[in-house]
Amino acid sequence: MSSSLIIGQYVPGNSIVHRLDPRTKITVIFFFVFIVFFANSVLSYTTLTVFALVTVIITKIPIRFIMKGLTPVWFLIIFTFILHLIVTKEGTVLFDIFGFNIYTGALIQGFAISMRFFLLILVTSLLTLTTTPIEITDAIEEMLHPLKKIKFPVHELALMMSISLRFIPTLLQETEKISRAQASRGVDFKTGPLKERIKAVVPLLVPLFVSAFKRAEELAMAMEARGYQGGEGRTKLRELKIEKIDIAVYILFTLVIAIVLYTRS
Amino acid sequence: MDITFKNVSYIYQRNTPFAHKAIEDLSFHIPSGSFVAIIGHTGSGKSTLIQHLNGLVSPSSGEVTIGEYRLTDEEKPKRMKELRSRVGVVFQYPEHQLFEETVEKDIAFGPQNFDIPKADINKRIKEVVPKVGLQEELLKRSPFELSGGQMRRVAIAGVLAIKPDVLVLDEPTAGLDPRGQKEMMDMFYTMHKEEGLTTVLVTHSMEDAVKYADHVIILNNGTKYMEGKPEDVLTQQEALNKVQLDVPEAVQFLQSFEKRFGVTIPFTRQSTKEIAQSIQRYIKEAGSRE
Repeated sequence: MSSSLIIGQYVPGNSIVHRLDPRTKITVIFFFVFIVFFANSVLSYTTLTVFALVTVIITKIPIRFIMKGLTPVWFLIIFTFILHLIVTKEGTVLFDIFGFNIYTGALIQGFAISMRFFLLILVTSLLTLTTTPIEITDAIEEMLHPLKKIKFPVHELALMMSISLRFIPTLLQETEKISRAQASRGVDFKTGPLKERIKAVVPLLVPLFVSAFKRAEELAMAMEARGYQGGEGRTKLRELKIEKIDIAVYILFTLVIAIVLYTRS
Repeated sequence: MDITFKNVSYIYQRNTPFAHKAIEDLSFHIPSGSFVAIIGHTGSGKSTLIQHLNGLVSPSSGEVTIGEYRLTDEEKPKRMKELRSRVGVVFQYPEHQLFEETVEKDIAFGPQNFDIPKADINKRIKEVVPKVGLQEELLKRSPFELSGGQMRRVAIAGVLAIKPDVLVLDEPTAGLDPRGQKEMMDMFYTMHKEEGLTTVLVTHSMEDAVKYADHVIILNNGTKYMEGKPEDVLTQQEALNKVQLDVPEAVQFLQSFEKRFGVTIPFTRQSTKEIAQSIQRYIKEAGSRE
């Protein structure tokens, strides 16, 4: 159930993508998300797709694994495609199914939007696939640092992020454990009418909340016992550093942006 | 119900970079009505094994048979719910599964799911509550107001109220105080005897294994390391030490006694009192010889 979804999972590795400065990765992905919405020609889409796929290949994470992990998202992509097919009425009529006229424009539009969706999700999941949660929070704390001047609680925000990221797998494990226990007591999570299945969630959610609150309390206590007092005067073991490879990635990515903007129709 | 494992392997997260084998080529047979202890170091595959017993997972290869139900990679029993009503599992820290507003409702939850008539459920609750050592006044309280030990008892009562034929216990006494541990284990043992249950106990405690089990399976890295009667298996110090286990205290004592006095008292799962009596007898004999 939970093992098939890869968004948020980290796959250890030692590829160039893994070793990039997390700030570089976040910046590139941030701008990639924007630039995807600018693409509107065959050439611009191809450029972005090639960029995304080459990155995937460099990470050395098996493509089959990623595709399988995106299964829940495929449904959304196909749904978008079909919606566009039915709703858009541009270009010439191609053929009709069940009384719906399918236009050429609809086909192109549907394909383009689905492609956008796919690229967005693929690239953003690459971030968590190749970056440890600690690196991501470190990078965000570093990038938000200027906001400290206007008294924005940067360190606290980063800490909150890293704690919540840290507890995602723990809570997933807990969910699995509790669902096993309740399944043994005769709860059926997988079959039956929808109403019954929604009801089956209660014996899962209540214990999960109880344990999450308990964990939060214990964590707070443990942090205080170890003298936690916020980010003041705290030093870092691993300092983030921009290397030559990061600069190369920035240059390459600027080139990609330029091509996309140039090839727009 | 008889339980048979035939060349069972189980792989977690198959076809992903995280795939790893939890159980490998495991075969054993548990006859109906026996009390089996499964012992192994952390990560030896005990918890995975347990999940096969009521169909929570199916073997990646090989075959598991529980009574008339068969589990393989392709085949799941059609009457899975029925299987789960006949195999009751008390997981590690079962108090985490409590969720109802009152203790009574929580104990009734399992039997309700298995379509037991209401009157019958009430009767079962009345039976099971004193058995696990709870007061009836607690029935109307919220389970979250209780102490840890009481919550554990409520959770166990919830499984016992299902009245399974096979009772699977995953370290049921972990985290209880010594007296609670003994009470709990004695309660399981009495139930095992009185109701003719097949009991599978997963434990770290050699003492519990010696005291209650009539068959012992030792797991190491997902494979069967040793199997047999407790008095045969749990006296092999060298073999046990190799997998970070130790012989029970009574065996350790008898071994040092032998070393010190040159007298062998064979280990037959006797109690502390019986050992003391054997020693007394020996001293008396030695005294009369002089």
